[in-house]
Amino acid sequence: MNRIEVEKKVLNENQVLAEQLRERYRQLGVLCINLISAPGSGKTALLERTLQRMDKGSRVAVLTGDLQTENDAKRLAKFGFPVKQITTGGTCHLDARMIGKHLADWKLEDLDLLIVENVGNLVCPSSYDLGEDAKIVLLSTSEGEDKPLKYPSIFFKAELMLLTKIDLLPYVPFNADVARENARRVHPQLEIIDVSSTTGEGLDRWMEWLRARQERAKAKLHTATAPH
Amino acid sequence: MAVVLRSRHCPFADNGFPMHELGIAASILESVQAEALRHPAGRITKVGVKIGELSGVDRDALQFGFEVLVKDTEWEPVVLDLEYIPRVQRCSKCAHEFRMTEFDPQCPQCGEFLTDCIGGEELDIAYMEVDE
Ligand SMILES: Nc1nc2c(ncn2[C@@H]2O[C@H](COP(=O)(O)OP(=O)(O)OP(=O)(O)O)[C@@H](O)[C@H]2O)c(=O)[nH]1
Ligand SMILES: [Mg+2]
Ligand SMILES: [Zn+2]
Repeated sequence: MNRIEVEKKVLNENQVLAEQLRERYRQLGVLCINLISAPGSGKTALLERTLQRMDKGSRVAVLTGDLQTENDAKRLAKFGFPVKQITTGGTCHLDARMIGKHLADWKLEDLDLLIVENVGNLVCPSSYDLGEDAKIVLLSTSEGEDKPLKYPSIFFKAELMLLTKIDLLPYVPFNADVARENARRVHPQLEIIDVSSTTGEGLDRWMEWLRARQERAKAKLHTATAPH
Repeated sequence: MAVVLRSRHCPFADNGFPMHELGIAASILESVQAEALRHPAGRITKVGVKIGELSGVDRDALQFGFEVLVKDTEWEPVVLDLEYIPRVQRCSKCAHEFRMTEFDPQCPQCGEFLTDCIGGEELDIAYMEVDE
């Protein structure tokens, strides 16, 4: 019997593709974000409000993943920016290969911001790197404060948590302080922004976060292309 | 008919979709098959995989998924050996390394709260055993 040390990621194929995407984004100064949440936490609603607030000339595009239907893409296409639906036909997450395939006929150099709305699922998408700069997790006020402790993986990997549907706080037995505390127990450095896509509360802070991250992506581009 | 596995873990499994761990099991089997090509005279008997606490993968579901996948195939003799890797933090002040329990990030040695995660995200193939 012969033991071979392997030391490679189980999802190595995905990882390789994800790193290739990440490198392309970096070279072009594109910011890519990956929105992850349970079904119905408000990813598409947030993106509707986000696209609505963007200047007409903004170089932004959206890939939205779902098991079935083109509904989310239809909701998002109204704002005039490029939107493509990825229907996974049963797979409960997006992977880097699907992203690469759906980007094939878009010119990445024409973009500053690529938003990926993952399939509604708090578990599986956290295992698949899509080459994004940041994962963003959404937790809505109707889901229960214990979710960060039950599904720590995504709260650990996300850079930002959006506490969504905060307009519902007066009507649901949800303790936002406990939810934030639970999320920070899993991930002490996690940034948290409270938002409501219905009333617009918190959306300025969210847009500011996006703007700051885009500037960082561009700044990296300048350092990368500066003469040596 | 496609095998539909149910798992508490992947919410879609409850709706009749195959669970997340089945895809992970398939990726492990692909690595086994790739390694087997490098040992035409031997056969792979075991594959060791590290599953971190933060990997988002349920070990029981993965074990079960792998067994279903290899059943009645030439890969059936391959044993999947899963090693659980708990979350380990390193203190930013005194460099002490400790296992994080109950999501308490505080350094038990010096009391510092700023500690970094250095283990627990693994979803890695560690080794394979080949009979040659
Ligand atoms: N009250 C309230 N309802 C909201 C808010 N955001 C979204 N909703 C509602 O929540 C439901 C689900 O919202 P979506 O935006 O479709 O959620 P999603 O995360 O995109 O859902 P999937 O893509 O199916 O996973 C819809 O009925 C929305 O109108 C909010 O801020 N406040
Ligand atoms: Mg949606
Ligand atoms: Zn210490």
